[in-house]
Amino acid sequence: MIKNIFMIAISAALLMSIGWGKSLRLAYDADPVSMDPHEQLSGGMLQFSHMVFDPLVRWTQDLKFEPRLATQWRQIDAKTTRFTLRKGVKFHSGNEMTARDVKWTFDRLRKSADFKGIFLEFEPIRVVDDYTIDIVTKGPYPLVLHTATYIFPMDRKFYSGNDSQGRSKALVQKEANTFASRNASGTGPFTVTKRDQGVRVDFARFNGYWDKTSKGNVTKVILTPIAEGPTRVAALLAGDVDFIAPVPPSDLFKLRKERKINLVELPGTRIITFQLNQQRRKEFRDVRVRQAIVHAINNDAIVSKIMRNFATVAAQQSPLGYIGYNKTLKPRYNLARARELMKEAGYPNGFNITLMAPNNRYVNDEKIAEAVASMLAKIKIKASVKTIPKAQYWPAFDAREADMMMIGWHSDTEDSANFTEYLLMTFNKDTGRGQYNSGNYSNPEVDKLVTESANVVDENKRARILQKVEKLLYDDAAFVPLHWQNLAWASRKGVDIKPIVNVQNFPYIGDLVIK
Amino acid sequence: MVVLSFFLKRSYQFIIVMLVISFIGFSIQDALGDPIHQLVGESVGLAEREKLREKLGLNDPFLTQYVRFVKNALTGDLGTSYFFKKPVMAVILDRFPATLELTLAASFIVIFLSIPLGIYCAVYPKHVLARTIMTFSIIGISMPVFLTGILLIYIFPVQLGLLYSFGRGETLMLFGFWETNFLTQDGLLHIILPAISLASIMLPLFIRLIRGRMVEVLSEEYIHFAKARGLTKNRILYVHAFRNTLIPIVSVAGVQFATMIAYTILTETVFQWPGMGFMFIEAVTHSDIPLIVAYLVFVGFVFMVTNTVVDILYLMIDPTVQLVKQKF
Repeated sequence: MIKNIFMIAISAALLMSIGWGKSLRLAYDADPVSMDPHEQLSGGMLQFSHMVFDPLVRWTQDLKFEPRLATQWRQIDAKTTRFTLRKGVKFHSGNEMTARDVKWTFDRLRKSADFKGIFLEFEPIRVVDDYTIDIVTKGPYPLVLHTATYIFPMDRKFYSGNDSQGRSKALVQKEANTFASRNASGTGPFTVTKRDQGVRVDFARFNGYWDKTSKGNVTKVILTPIAEGPTRVAALLAGDVDFIAPVPPSDLFKLRKERKINLVELPGTRIITFQLNQQRRKEFRDVRVRQAIVHAINNDAIVSKIMRNFATVAAQQSPLGYIGYNKTLKPRYNLARARELMKEAGYPNGFNITLMAPNNRYVNDEKIAEAVASMLAKIKIKASVKTIPKAQYWPAFDAREADMMMIGWHSDTEDSANFTEYLLMTFNKDTGRGQYNSGNYSNPEVDKLVTESANVVDENKRARILQKVEKLLYDDAAFVPLHWQNLAWASRKGVDIKPIVNVQNFPYIGDLVIK
Repeated sequence: MVVLSFFLKRSYQFIIVMLVISFIGFSIQDALGDPIHQLVGESVGLAEREKLREKLGLNDPFLTQYVRFVKNALTGDLGTSYFFKKPVMAVILDRFPATLELTLAASFIVIFLSIPLGIYCAVYPKHVLARTIMTFSIIGISMPVFLTGILLIYIFPVQLGLLYSFGRGETLMLFGFWETNFLTQDGLLHIILPAISLASIMLPLFIRLIRGRMVEVLSEEYIHFAKARGLTKNRILYVHAFRNTLIPIVSVAGVQFATMIAYTILTETVFQWPGMGFMFIEAVTHSDIPLIVAYLVFVGFVFMVTNTVVDILYLMIDPTVQLVKQKF
């Protein structure tokens, strides 16, 4: 009897997969840490959010904004943008989404530890009517839409009341087993049907999904975390999974040649740099020494030899396509010039430094650190290299434990100012500016320009300011730019991942078409 | 009476060992990294981080934290995992069946191959096959599990399209808490490669151990007497010689079984096997200190239990062994 039911279920499932729905076996390097979209600001959580929830607007592949739960928006005064919400959108619980859910979500974001930083410039939302909201900023603010990509409306009624332990269902708390970390009701294309943390997450397509125009035909997703890169690739080659990310660079050559595999690469926006600690080393206070170091490091060779062209050589923080990208800035590798600069600065015989990098945070981080040390040796700077796992690296970074430290950064808002705010502005404990400025670089003009840019809404004017900032940092050799890490995804042929991936690395699985 | 005093003494040792392990686990926590960094996004401000640190009690002095841990442990609460947000023992027990089954499957392979192969090599030491086995066992001993695993994956699922590259596959829930691989075809097919890779470290060791011991036993006088008495060769080998070969092997096997549970860390990582070993690696990368300490205590416990079982087995095989020193 049970066996029969089982067989019927299997044939039904087969029929379904032939008829109109496909199932996708997806393998990422990790699974989402929670089901609460506000618990942690991380790539993994945002990937999850795009599956189970929907944002007001989202990024397209060419860095434009695409309407999702907000259909239109217009600025009504210097500080206010009016958003029109989509009508007839249902949450997974069946409740209808209205302006009050958006306001509720917005208030929750402003209180959550991880997201409040993004919403600092905002006032509470004003509800105009059920389908209209005003998003208000404290001053004129250029990043309203950038920030709206982080607003994934949550089901206010679903998260009201108390859970069985008497705690509010709306509670956001990292270390507690909260209601929201185990249950979700969003408007997204998928619902979670089963979740075994660290082992697998099963998703099923939400029948009441509002976006009927989406060509996506995936009705079931099984997400398995596979931490080891080689195993992830092997699982794809063996046909045990359909779609993997990230693809380890060491396997790119092989996958590029595989005929049954669909490999998609995009130039990424995460900059990898080294910072020179001016507090620990008086030598680094001399701009000529900093310039010498930048001139000594052949980042082009790092990209071609170590990264196997899986990166774009950088001379600044902003990648192409960002508002602050300054096209006049070129990579500076020139060993003769570097030696000259060292002589001019009075260090023809070099000096000894310590250099630290993580060994499991960025692509090939350890090898890059070693290559940089050997390049520095050519201008007689002897670097003793120490690489450690990221779990130990961050405390070491916070303690500024070495003279030269590696740091990579991706701008949460896809905006140029964000890089400088975190990496190179003068450290300020209260505002959090310069939190990752391990070099203690401080340039009042840079600080002033970046702060000013936060309230400039005119795009051209803002571009001029941020491009000038890049130029100042370049001339000052404020940091050592290496490259922007590329991104890669791979699937079996027939799983059309190209249109649904993006540089933010939030694949829009809801729109995925499987042939 | 003897048995009671044996168990009393053992439980007293258990407690001491576990206290020591947890103390060591706690004292190295600074070297394990900062859990706060793993809990918050990179762009989160310092003030928010400090608040969380205070809330988790990470600012307290080491001894305060340790005393709090022991106090809670006495009530059965070993702490809550930062990453899983569940009591650590629940997380470990959730993952334990996967690891135990993998270890059992590997032990099965080791036992059923090492005994005949070991005896064969002892009886026909000069035979080509025996030499081949011994050569391969050297390669086996020196090849890292990690490499064996990757090789197996590339040969079977990727090149030949046989078996599976990762995970447990379809499992069956037993008694509401034990997910087993042994009762479904899919589960059995999934466990083969990880079990072979885990067995690959122990198999050569046991072949060599059994062979060595067997050679020794075969040269003893009672074997010659048995031959002289005209007993069949099989009876001499499998009843008389093998029984005496077994005694030292059992004690090694017990320790190695426990070691194998610890070795699963590598195998489970390669095969994405959702067991305790893989969980431990994840806990280390997340600096999930409560889970790391609990895992260490738990593995210590497993070691002690297997040792106790070995002692009891010893008694059964060799009646001259005493559990507790008796005064005469």
